[in-house]
Amino acid sequence: MALDRWIALGFIALVCVYGYAAFFTMDDSLPPILRRNPIWPSTFPKILTILGLIVGLIVLFTPKPAADKPAKDGAIDLTRLGDYHIGQAIALLVLMVVYALTLRPLGFVGATIGFLVIGSVLLGERRFHILLPVAGIAVGSIWYLVQEVLGIFLRPWPAMFM
Amino acid sequence: MLEGLLIGLTSAISPFNLMMVVVGCLIGTLIGMLPGLGPMSIIAIMIPVAIGIGDPTAALILLSGVYYGAIFGGSTSSILLNAPGVAGTVASSFDGYPMARKGQAGKALTIAAIASFAGGTIGAILLMIFAPALSSVALLFHSAEYFALMVVGLSAIAAFAGTGQVAKALMMTILGLILGTVGEGALSNMPRFTFGMMELQSGFSFITLAMAMFALPEALFLVMNPSRAATGDSGKIENLRITRDEAKSIAPVIGRQSLQGFFIGVLPGAGATIASFLGYAVERNIAKGKEQEEFGKGSIKGLAAPETANNAACTGSFVPLLTLGIPGSGTTAILLGALLALNVTPGPRLMTDTPDVFWAVIISMYIGNLVLLILNLPLIPYIAKILTIPRTFLIPFILFFTLMGSYLGQNNSTELLILVGFGVVATILRFADFPLAPLLIGFILGTMLEDNFARAMQLYRGFGFILERPMTLGLLVLALVLVLLPSYRGYRARKRAEGVADGD
Repeated sequence: MALDRWIALGFIALVCVYGYAAFFTMDDSLPPILRRNPIWPSTFPKILTILGLIVGLIVLFTPKPAADKPAKDGAIDLTRLGDYHIGQAIALLVLMVVYALTLRPLGFVGATIGFLVIGSVLLGERRFHILLPVAGIAVGSIWYLVQEVLGIFLRPWPAMFM
Repeated sequence: MLEGLLIGLTSAISPFNLMMVVVGCLIGTLIGMLPGLGPMSIIAIMIPVAIGIGDPTAALILLSGVYYGAIFGGSTSSILLNAPGVAGTVASSFDGYPMARKGQAGKALTIAAIASFAGGTIGAILLMIFAPALSSVALLFHSAEYFALMVVGLSAIAAFAGTGQVAKALMMTILGLILGTVGEGALSNMPRFTFGMMELQSGFSFITLAMAMFALPEALFLVMNPSRAATGDSGKIENLRITRDEAKSIAPVIGRQSLQGFFIGVLPGAGATIASFLGYAVERNIAKGKEQEEFGKGSIKGLAAPETANNAACTGSFVPLLTLGIPGSGTTAILLGALLALNVTPGPRLMTDTPDVFWAVIISMYIGNLVLLILNLPLIPYIAKILTIPRTFLIPFILFFTLMGSYLGQNNSTELLILVGFGVVATILRFADFPLAPLLIGFILGTMLEDNFARAMQLYRGFGFILERPMTLGLLVLALVLVLLPSYRGYRARKRAEGVADGD
C-alpha cells in the first residue's frame, strides 16, 4: 500500500478518536444553561468529524494515477529511501529532543553550544577550531539579542548558578 | 485615497519605520537565499522580534519587508544554485539557472531584480485601488457571510492545489481545522481535546506549527539529500548590465505578468507559486518561434515572467488579508497571526479603525521594493557569498532557529517537543506529497471560522442562516462547486486513461 493511503488510514483513525470525544464524551461536562444554546462547543468538531471521515475515505479509495513523472532533481524519491542519510536526520531529531529537555537544566548557553557543535559533528564537520568559536559567538549574540534587546528572559547558565 | 496616502506617507517615512523596511529587506534577502528557509519560515522566525517592537505599523512594515526580501533572496538561490528556497521561485530556476551556467549570472540577477521591482510596484498600485473598494463591500458582510467566505477560501485553496491533489489538500485543511479546535473553545471557556494537559489549554501555538510544517521538514530534507544543497560556483558575479534590446523585449512580459500575477495572488490559495508557473507557461505559449525554443535554455523572458508574477502575486495576496481578514496563503496566514498578537484585527474595519496601519503598509511596499532594487543590486555579489556556507554549519543553525522561534513564543520547552513531533509528522506528509500550506491556513482560520459560525448559529437559532441569507447560500454553493469541479475532471481523466494500458 502506498504511503499516502497509510497516512489516510492514520488520519481516519485520528478522526475516529476525535469524533468519539466530540460525540460521546465532550457534552457530559456542559452546564445545563449552555445546553439551551443552538450551538455547543462540540457542534463544530462534530461537523469536522463527518467531513474528515468523508475526505479520508476518498483519499483512501481513490485509485492512484500512474506515476510516470520523472523525478525532479534534488527531490526526495521515496523508492530510493535507502540512499539517503536517514540516520543523520534521525540523529538530529533526537538531538533536538535532547536540546528541549536540557535547555532548562543546562541553561541556554551550554545547551545551545552543545546542540550546534554536536549537530555539526553529526553532519561530518571536524574543524573544531572554526566550529567552537562560531558556535560561541552565535550563542552569545543571540542570547544578548533575545534577553537584552527583546527583553525575553532566557536563563544563560545552569539553574544552580543563578 | 489621497488623504490615506498622506497618512501612510507620514507614518511610513518616519526614520524608525524606514529603518524597519531596510532591515526587513536585508534580513529577508539574506535568509531567503538559504535553501530550506522560505518566506514562511523566515516570517515565523521574525515574529517574536516583530511583536517585541510593539508598534503594529512598524512590525507589519518589518514583516512585509522580510517577505519581499525573502522572495527576492529565493530567486537568487534559484538562479545561482538551482536550489529554490521557496516554491514560488521554482519557475525562476527554469531559465535563471541555465543563464547562470552560461556565465550570465549577473545579468540574470539584474533581470530578476528589475522584474521583481516592477511586479511588486505595479501590484502595490493595484492593491491601493482595489483594497478600499473591496473593503467597502466587505463591510456589508455579516458573520454568516464571513463563515461562508472562509469556507470558500478554504475550498479554493484545496481546489487550486493541482490535479490529483484536491482530496489530499482537503484532508490537510480538515486536519488543520481539527488542530485548531484543540484548547479553549470559542464559545465557552471549556477546554477541548486537551487530554488533561495544561500545555494544550491555550491550543497549539501557530508559530510552532508553522516552523514544524515548513522549516523543519525542509531542513531534514537537506540532511537526507545533500544534493538539494549542492553549492555551485557562486564566487564571481560580474556584468550586471542588460542591453536596451533586452529591456525592450522583457517590458511587455513584465506588464502582462504584473496584472496576471496580481489577480492570481488575490485568489485565496493560488498565491505566488501558481502565479509564477502560470506566468511562465503563458509567456512560453505566446512567445514566437525562436524565442519559444529559448525557454528553458536561458531565455530572459522566461526569467522575467515568473519573477514579475510571483512578486505581483505576493502583493495581491495582501488584498484578502487586509480587506476581509482572510489569508489566502501560508505566508499571509502567518502575518495574520502576528497581527492578531499585536492587537490589530485585519478586515474591512482596518481601513476605518486604523488607517495609519493600512496605508503605512501600502506605502512601505513601494519603499520596500525600491530598497530591494537599490540595496540589493550592487550588493548581490557579496550577498551571494552566503551560499558558500558549508551545510555542516548551515543545518544545525536552521534547526536551532526553528527551535528558538517556537521557544520564544511560549517560553516553554514542552513546545519544543511538540515542534519535533509535528515536524516528524510533516516530514512524513511531505514524503507522500501532501500539501502542507492548507493545514496551516485551516489551523489559523479554524478559530475565526468557528467564531463566525457560532455567531450566525446563535443569531438565527440554528442552521437557518444558510437558507435565510442568499449570499451565504450562494457562497457555500460556490465552495462546493470549487471542490467538486476538479474532482469531477480528475474522475473523467481517469476514466479516459483506463482505456490505455499503463503498467502500474
